[in-house]
Amino acid sequence: MTSIATFLPELVMLLGALGLFGLTLSDSAGQRARSFALGIAVLAALAALFSLHANGVLFSGAYRVDAFSQLLKFALTGGFAAIVIVSGNLPEIREKIRPEYFLFLTLSVSGLVMLVSCVDALTLVIALELSSFPLYLLVAMRRERTGQRSQMESAIKYIMFGVAANGIMLFGLSYLFGLTGTTNIPLMVAKLTPQIGTPLAIAGLTLTFAGFLYKLAVFPFHFWTPDVYQGASNETTSLIASLPKIGAVAVLVRFVALATPDNHTIATLLTCLAVASMFYGNLIALAQKDLKRLLGFSAIAHAGYAMVGFVSLSEAGYAAALYYITGYMLMVLACFVVISRVSRDGTNVAIDELAGLHHRSPLLAVTLIVGLFGLAGIPPFVGFMGKLSLLTAALAQGHLVLVVIAMINAAIAIYYYLSVVRKAVFGEKSGDNAQPAPIQLDWQTRGLCVGLIVAIILLGVAPARLLEGYGRSVTATLTPPTATVGLVAR
Amino acid sequence: VTSLSCFTEGIPLLSVLIFSPLVAAAGAALIGSERLLRWWTFVCTTIIALLSLPLWCRFDANTAAFQFTEQHHWIPSLKIDYALGLDGISLLLVLLTTLIMPLCVLASWNYIKTRIKEFMICLLVMEAAMIGVFSALDAILFFVFWEAMLIPMALLIGVWGGPRKVYASIKFFIYTMAGSVFLLVALIALRLHTGSFSLPGMMGQNYSDGFQYWVFAAFFISFAIKVPMFPFHTWLPAAHVEAPTAGSVILASVLLKMGTYGFLRFCLPITPHATVVFAPYILALSVVGILYGGFTALAQSDLKKLVAYSSVAHMGFATLGIFVLNVNGLEGATLVMINHGITTGALFICVGIVYERLHTRDLAAAAGIGKYMPVFTGFFGVFCLSSLGFPATNSFIGEFLVLAGSFAHSKWITACTIPGVILAAAYMLRTLQKVAYGSTSNPKHHDLTDLNFREIVTLTPLLVFVFWIGLHPQPFVHAMHASIVHVLQQAGQIAAIP
Repeated sequence: MTSIATFLPELVMLLGALGLFGLTLSDSAGQRARSFALGIAVLAALAALFSLHANGVLFSGAYRVDAFSQLLKFALTGGFAAIVIVSGNLPEIREKIRPEYFLFLTLSVSGLVMLVSCVDALTLVIALELSSFPLYLLVAMRRERTGQRSQMESAIKYIMFGVAANGIMLFGLSYLFGLTGTTNIPLMVAKLTPQIGTPLAIAGLTLTFAGFLYKLAVFPFHFWTPDVYQGASNETTSLIASLPKIGAVAVLVRFVALATPDNHTIATLLTCLAVASMFYGNLIALAQKDLKRLLGFSAIAHAGYAMVGFVSLSEAGYAAALYYITGYMLMVLACFVVISRVSRDGTNVAIDELAGLHHRSPLLAVTLIVGLFGLAGIPPFVGFMGKLSLLTAALAQGHLVLVVIAMINAAIAIYYYLSVVRKAVFGEKSGDNAQPAPIQLDWQTRGLCVGLIVAIILLGVAPARLLEGYGRSVTATLTPPTATVGLVAR
Repeated sequence: VTSLSCFTEGIPLLSVLIFSPLVAAAGAALIGSERLLRWWTFVCTTIIALLSLPLWCRFDANTAAFQFTEQHHWIPSLKIDYALGLDGISLLLVLLTTLIMPLCVLASWNYIKTRIKEFMICLLVMEAAMIGVFSALDAILFFVFWEAMLIPMALLIGVWGGPRKVYASIKFFIYTMAGSVFLLVALIALRLHTGSFSLPGMMGQNYSDGFQYWVFAAFFISFAIKVPMFPFHTWLPAAHVEAPTAGSVILASVLLKMGTYGFLRFCLPITPHATVVFAPYILALSVVGILYGGFTALAQSDLKKLVAYSSVAHMGFATLGIFVLNVNGLEGATLVMINHGITTGALFICVGIVYERLHTRDLAAAAGIGKYMPVFTGFFGVFCLSSLGFPATNSFIGEFLVLAGSFAHSKWITACTIPGVILAAAYMLRTLQKVAYGSTSNPKHHDLTDLNFREIVTLTPLLVFVFWIGLHPQPFVHAMHASIVHVLQQAGQIAAIP
């Protein structure tokens, strides 16, 4: 009943990680590891495309392969390929540990790839950890600058928050397990429905959210975001900022679906988180000088927008959140391609350093404009359609105040995105260094830039297929399967 | 022309009009030579203008129904369609857009010296979005075009503009964007009431009063910023002064019309009750705008600023005509929109011509150039007279209709508006007098050259329309009459004919 196709993307990723592990043992140069990782990424994306219509339940019902998981796996592996391309020269990672860098990169993404298929709390936690731990290491891998150990501070901060959030999540899961007697999430839904209004169920659910909200950087689990963005190397940040968000939203869909639309407690809770995230992220982003820090705070705000989709507690809202976060991945990657190429020797990029970008590399300037205007939610880019579908879903459930607050935030956000664009497009370099050298791009980067621009516009102009694909797959994946017992049953 | 009409039978004309500028922009991206780029853009925009002529010929003015309609599913899960269509009001605005664009290219022929390719691409993308705004019959399609204009326009101002270009560009962008976020919320709220984003479907529904007030308020902020109405106008002088000639012309001729078009297309038919309730306040703002624009224009020494503030006054007439809610007022307002597009566009081109020669827009520095540039002064004089509403020119007809409509609505409001007309005469005649007959002591003027062939070609079509509408406005009024009556029926101001 299950063919190899159901597990092909994961298999490619894991075998690739194994290969990279082999490379780390030899004294090979980092460039070989990168080519290898790029090969894995492309193969995995092809495998995900090949198994797009695969269907099946593996590992005693703990692992579900369906349209939902396969669509997300394709997005994740595609994003992985983009990140490997972004990680071109890796000036901030020492030559010797570059194979390790790509190994951990691959492991982290393979954790995410598995995460979206997990329908059992146990496998889910394991996949979540598999995706998290390599990231902690990647942050710490940045080259040490004289007198600064900011990468270590960031890594410690990241770990501490991650571990704490995971602990809270496990505590919540223990409540849910106690209430339902199963770790299988679809079974949990069935058993929890009668008692979802009880304080214990709500407490359990809320605590469980912590682990995923941390990944998504929703207020109040956001504190790590700006510091880790700033402390990690540009290439690492491009991973932290993009793919884990998709994984977090995918898991949140499964857990939020435990609550029914008439559950006001959960809806109110999520509303508060969404509003706080949006205001916090946007208002603080206004004052940022470092581009990565700015994107960090904007990430908090965007997590808030994604939460707007969850507030509706409807399948349309979940599909909108998935669509939005997929688009967000593309837009944020577009920004990070530019950051990693503009940066001198891998240092962080201040907004002022973007001045004259249109002279130095028109393609990068256009990529940045498309990415930022997309994030600002201006049509015809994907960010606009994402916001539109999120707001429509929320308003359909009567959350007018939340929608108005979201739009006020969109208006605030325009200012800081625009001030970055202003530097890049209108700004001229002042001082002695009037005409900085043009930036040379290799063909992979150029291809990635063009690909991201096309994808951001295409998904914004013709979102019907993806949006409906997500809609159908969410409906399908949330209907409980007929006969599963779960890994652990009481 | 008849054969041209037959030839276009069965072709989705509006889609062709929207997408051909984009194709032309893609073509421009491949051209290397600057000379070729100018010609390519000029020829393409001219062809698009010719393509829009069949709209005029095939338009049936006897019905208020939307014509040339196209409808395809776009995003079914959100109930968004790709729906296009024209009525008498939008027809005129689309034609105005296609007429203005080739002239913009001509006006930028020598004015734009850097990044010509990017400039031409921006112009063409603007054209596509502008035609799209006027012909969209789906709320989200409208919104997408509405916002898609922002980026090229902000670039036009910010890259090719004057000394404070970045400030002006950002201000323009933020103002417009801040207004439109609430427009989007209102559109989503309407969609949840009616079940789809179709604009005709949103009209003529019985929404509750409270709902109408909120929706109207959201519409009003967005459109009032775009018009711009009195307290929201501060982005306009900055944007106009800093923009290159073509940017100013597009801004004045087409972009400002989107605000008043929004009032006509959204406020009156969708929220009729709220329109009636809020109309007195908007009328008051319009009168303030007319007087304020007039007084401020009187005090300007910068030619472009002067024309910009006169725009505030003219657009005050347009909103005045719309919210008196009678046939004369609305027809007058629509004519004012068209006339302002023609006259103010022409005035900005004239100011651009002066600037290219003197490198200043200071009125004092331009004083007396009439002696050296007689042909220019002839054109400039006609456009100045048109701007102040001189009989036999286009603006006279429009303003007369608006005042006739407002007189029927309230004598007091009309009486308050009259000083505005006098002010217009004062600031325009003062300008004309200085430019044409001012003292000729400026030594820089001796080597001034009069208009060349290209500049004459740029201004002549506008001159033709000044007199055409001024002497024989009937075809234009006829084209819009049925649609205007229909809008008023939807607004509950005229009993619907059973």
